[in-house]
Amino acid sequence: MNAEVKMMRTAAEAAYADALTALPAPEAIRSLREKALRLFAEKGLPHRRVEEWKYTDLRALIREMPPLAKGADGAAIAEAKKNSVLTNIGAREITFVNGAFVAELSNLKGLEKGLSITTLADALAKDASLVTLLAKINPNKYDAVFALNTAALNEGILIEVAPGAQITQPIHVRHIVTGTSPVSVFGRAVVKVGAKAQATLVQSHVGPDTVAYQTNTVLQLSVADDAELDVVRVQAEGDKAIHLSMMIGAIGNESRFRSFALTTGGAASRHTVPFAYAGRNARATIAGATLLRGKQHADTTLEIDHAMPGGESRELYKTVLDDEANGVFQGLIIVRPDAQKTDGRMMSAALLLGDNAEMDNKPELEIFADDVQCAHGATTGALDDDLLFYLRARGIPKKEAESLLIQSFFGEAVETIENAKIRDAVMNLAGGWLAARS
Amino acid sequence: MALLEVKNLQARVEEKDILRGLNLTVNPGEVHAIMGPNGSGKSTLSYVLAGKSDYEVTGGSATLEGEDLLELEPDERAARGLFLAFQYPIEIPGVASMTFLRTAVNAVRKKRGDEELSTPDFLRLVREKAKELNIDQNMLKRPVNVGFSGGEKKRNEILQMAMLEPKMCVLDETDSGLDIDALKIVADGVNRLRAKNRGFLVITHYQRLLDHIVPDVVHVMAKGKIVRTGGPELAHELEAKGYAAYDNAA
Amino acid sequence: MPAVQETVDRVKSIDVDQYKYGFETKIESDRAPKGLDESTVRFISAKKGEPEWMLEWRLEAFRRWKTMSEPNWARVKVNPIDYQDLYYYSAPKTTAGPKSLAEVDPELLKTYAKLGISLHEQEILAGVDPAGRTKVAVDAVFDSVSVVTTFQEELKKAGVIFGSISEAIKNHPELVKKYLGSVVPVTDNFFATLNSAVFSDGSFVYIPKGVRCPMELSTYFRINERNTGQFERTLIIADEGAYVSYLEGCTAPMRDENQLHAAVVELVALEGAEIKYSTVQNWYPGDAQGKGGIYNFVTKRGDCRGNNSKISWTQVETGSAITWKYPSCILRGDNSQGEFYSIAISNGHQQVDSGTKMIHLGKNTSSRIISKGIAAGVSQNTYRGLVSAHRKATNARNFTNCDSLLIGDKCGAHTTPYIEAKNSSAVFEHEATTSKISEDMLFYCRSRGLSGEEAVALVVNGFVKDVLQHLPMEFAVEAQKLIAISLEGSVG
Repeated sequence: MNAEVKMMRTAAEAAYADALTALPAPEAIRSLREKALRLFAEKGLPHRRVEEWKYTDLRALIREMPPLAKGADGAAIAEAKKNSVLTNIGAREITFVNGAFVAELSNLKGLEKGLSITTLADALAKDASLVTLLAKINPNKYDAVFALNTAALNEGILIEVAPGAQITQPIHVRHIVTGTSPVSVFGRAVVKVGAKAQATLVQSHVGPDTVAYQTNTVLQLSVADDAELDVVRVQAEGDKAIHLSMMIGAIGNESRFRSFALTTGGAASRHTVPFAYAGRNARATIAGATLLRGKQHADTTLEIDHAMPGGESRELYKTVLDDEANGVFQGLIIVRPDAQKTDGRMMSAALLLGDNAEMDNKPELEIFADDVQCAHGATTGALDDDLLFYLRARGIPKKEAESLLIQSFFGEAVETIENAKIRDAVMNLAGGWLAARS
Repeated sequence: MALLEVKNLQARVEEKDILRGLNLTVNPGEVHAIMGPNGSGKSTLSYVLAGKSDYEVTGGSATLEGEDLLELEPDERAARGLFLAFQYPIEIPGVASMTFLRTAVNAVRKKRGDEELSTPDFLRLVREKAKELNIDQNMLKRPVNVGFSGGEKKRNEILQMAMLEPKMCVLDETDSGLDIDALKIVADGVNRLRAKNRGFLVITHYQRLLDHIVPDVVHVMAKGKIVRTGGPELAHELEAKGYAAYDNAA
Repeated sequence: MPAVQETVDRVKSIDVDQYKYGFETKIESDRAPKGLDESTVRFISAKKGEPEWMLEWRLEAFRRWKTMSEPNWARVKVNPIDYQDLYYYSAPKTTAGPKSLAEVDPELLKTYAKLGISLHEQEILAGVDPAGRTKVAVDAVFDSVSVVTTFQEELKKAGVIFGSISEAIKNHPELVKKYLGSVVPVTDNFFATLNSAVFSDGSFVYIPKGVRCPMELSTYFRINERNTGQFERTLIIADEGAYVSYLEGCTAPMRDENQLHAAVVELVALEGAEIKYSTVQNWYPGDAQGKGGIYNFVTKRGDCRGNNSKISWTQVETGSAITWKYPSCILRGDNSQGEFYSIAISNGHQQVDSGTKMIHLGKNTSSRIISKGIAAGVSQNTYRGLVSAHRKATNARNFTNCDSLLIGDKCGAHTTPYIEAKNSSAVFEHEATTSKISEDMLFYCRSRGLSGEEAVALVVNGFVKDVLQHLPMEFAVEAQKLIAISLEGSVG
């Protein structure tokens, strides 16, 4: 029974509307902002009766909106400098502190041939048509995160790889929140990889513990024909943070895409991945490891849309839940009528360590073409006692034995990262999570 | 009248020409062998004769006792007496081999205007034929080809052949994946079925099968055509010299 | 023509007008005026001579129903139903009930024959001694009122109560009061609530402590009266240590208008009891244009209330224009077990949204789900399921396997499982696949002489075998035929 009764606006919804309406808007995006705000006013924050948000009730999670962050002052930059997540991977860094681009912590010098990196503000000033790309709001498929992010459009980055360019140095977009009082932070990154080009993108999200800040970032990706893109994302927000994010992707003919997401941070987080096969014979791997403890809640929602024939998709998610943590995985594979010869495989496996941990899995297949091979699997279980016993019988202490098993469990997903340096760095971060297990 | 008559047969798969004007005549009682290098089109010939859907005939003809085969559905060809022993027999989960056999036998009998076999008659016949082929009754309770060893699969094919009483049997690389003992059992099964009104077309890459099923005629196939025809001695010659001479033939 | 293409074309040319069971029986009936208000509810209750408490129960449901709206989460498109344009009660005129089979309307017996009620059961109906065979008791629900109940005597000896729910309301009010609505609450969902207000009749089964029901119980449902919604209500209680196997089969005559069928089935298994419930559903699916056909909105739920109890659902769904049905198990008792085995075939314009819910509440509970969906024609076939283990349901186990088979490129097959583990000791495994019917298998079968239609039937029967083997023998044979028939209409 889900009668679409629009409830009264919540305090948080009102605060969002007020704050974002008051935000100064450059001419280029004014009408876009108005449109996004109208949509938000109409639909509001999704709640558990909205199917896609069944397990992550934003209306209940977001009771209030902290004030919009005021950018990065000297103290903030000093604090941000101390951050060291993935700083040893030899990447070109682009840093946002409290939502603001910080040139001092970004390296835009000596760009490889074919690589262009521009702040969104500069890019819009140069080419107003960029707005249409930023504005992919589809009222039929309303997403509050996207609507709010669009309404808050202010700072962001545009990364373009020219056709044929092979960019070997990874590009690391860092989102850092600082300070001791809660703020709301928004961010947008757009990455366009031209035909036959190749690039590696890293995105990280960090912030202070004990501060109930909120972040909302959207990453838009387009991969042209025969191009190749790798994306690695690390979400290690502070322990009171609410993190909302999207990775919106579209890949072209014969393209190759790989992504991996490590999720360890935030009190509550939701990562939504609408991913479209816009060309034939494209291949993508979308993987992730989610490691949670305490009362953390993390939701990964994938929507893999095979609209064109010959596509291959592999989704592999590993979730480890300690204490009373709650993991959510929703993964939908759609195969549209023309997408014959699609080969889609999705697996979500969860390891429950804490007695009261909760895993909610909702893998879905929606198939409208017949010549397909699609499968999904989902498992939930505790550590294998037999394996544990075997290891201990060989003299390995309990905690170490557990760590070994847990590591081999999520390691399978981490292994999908192609770049060895990044893979090692991610494995280290995950190892840190394990080491902190009590 | 010839049993199987193939004239100037041309066929393509996925836009690629494979058979390029193949001629072949098999008379009742004869055993013909087709040998040839990989990719010469041997398996394509067997599939085209049996009527597999993704094989497009672009020219020529194939008749069985004067009747145009190419116009017929696969099951009609089977009813007329054509039998293909598959190189890779298909697994059908959930369907017991026995059920499959009975359905096939009765479907074919019905189409030939014969009465369906009663259950006891059918069982008697299966038991008899299975014994000859060294097939365990338990194997027939298992789903068709599922979990069968290579040898079991091939013996199952010959059992089906024996049960369906075809006129023209096409054996597609029946020796592949068989050790020498299994090969003997299969060959014995085939030899037992040799009869003066029945023809065989044995497709193989190696000569060793022909030590056991001795052919009357041996053809060499290359690039979609028969390029040489001779007696059993031709097989030995090929075994000694290889196919190199034919790679550029045709 | 390529073999598979031909199969597809044949599926496209589905001629469901040939629906085997499409015929009408002319029997005079006695029915309530069209429409639904409190007076309809009172009329039904009065017609059945119900006690006041039952009327009150119905009225409460009706009042709740008026505040509810139809569920819209299933992947089905439903033409709007005008609830005021339906008849809610229809009974054969001879409500006095036959004293012997000789008094049964011969038309009715003919109907059984046409329905394909097995010869065996017809013999029973005809009073022939079924020596040496498995006994089957048939409580035939003809339209809305049970008119024939056989084998009462033998069942009585075992202490089994098997009859219509109307009789049970009169004769065993304490059991009905205690259990009716205890598994599917009056307010459970729109259709269950509607059923609670207007249910006409259905079966009632009570198996006393420690009794193994001496025969399989069977009920045939049949919608006969034009425009009559069918609101069956079934309640089965297996007392401690009892066992019963219950078979339900349905067919329906051809119709132009859509017909609503909103049944409720409640199962209660007390400590150590086991209930096996099997269904073959073959209601009229509509014609080749998707016109007509039954709307089948069913609420079926079993409660493993006692420790060590077990409930097993097996279903073969081939009929109805729309099927909306989730036979579920509440695994409340410790060590209780739930099973769901399902074959759902959709063809033509049929829409199926079916699955199960396994709610693990007790300790050491286990459940198993095997679902096989086959979509052909322009149909849509969805598996929707929930497996959940609550905080205290330690050591819950589930295994789920959902496979879908597509025949033709105009249909859709979908899988939507919800898997919720709320404690670390739960072990859940779920796997699902979707693929098209294998061309290689079809070609292999055809090269052995099977026609396209025979090949499809053979391969599909192999695909569903894991489920078929859970049906009682009598049903398994019928089901196999039904699968062939459903695809027969489709394959020329």
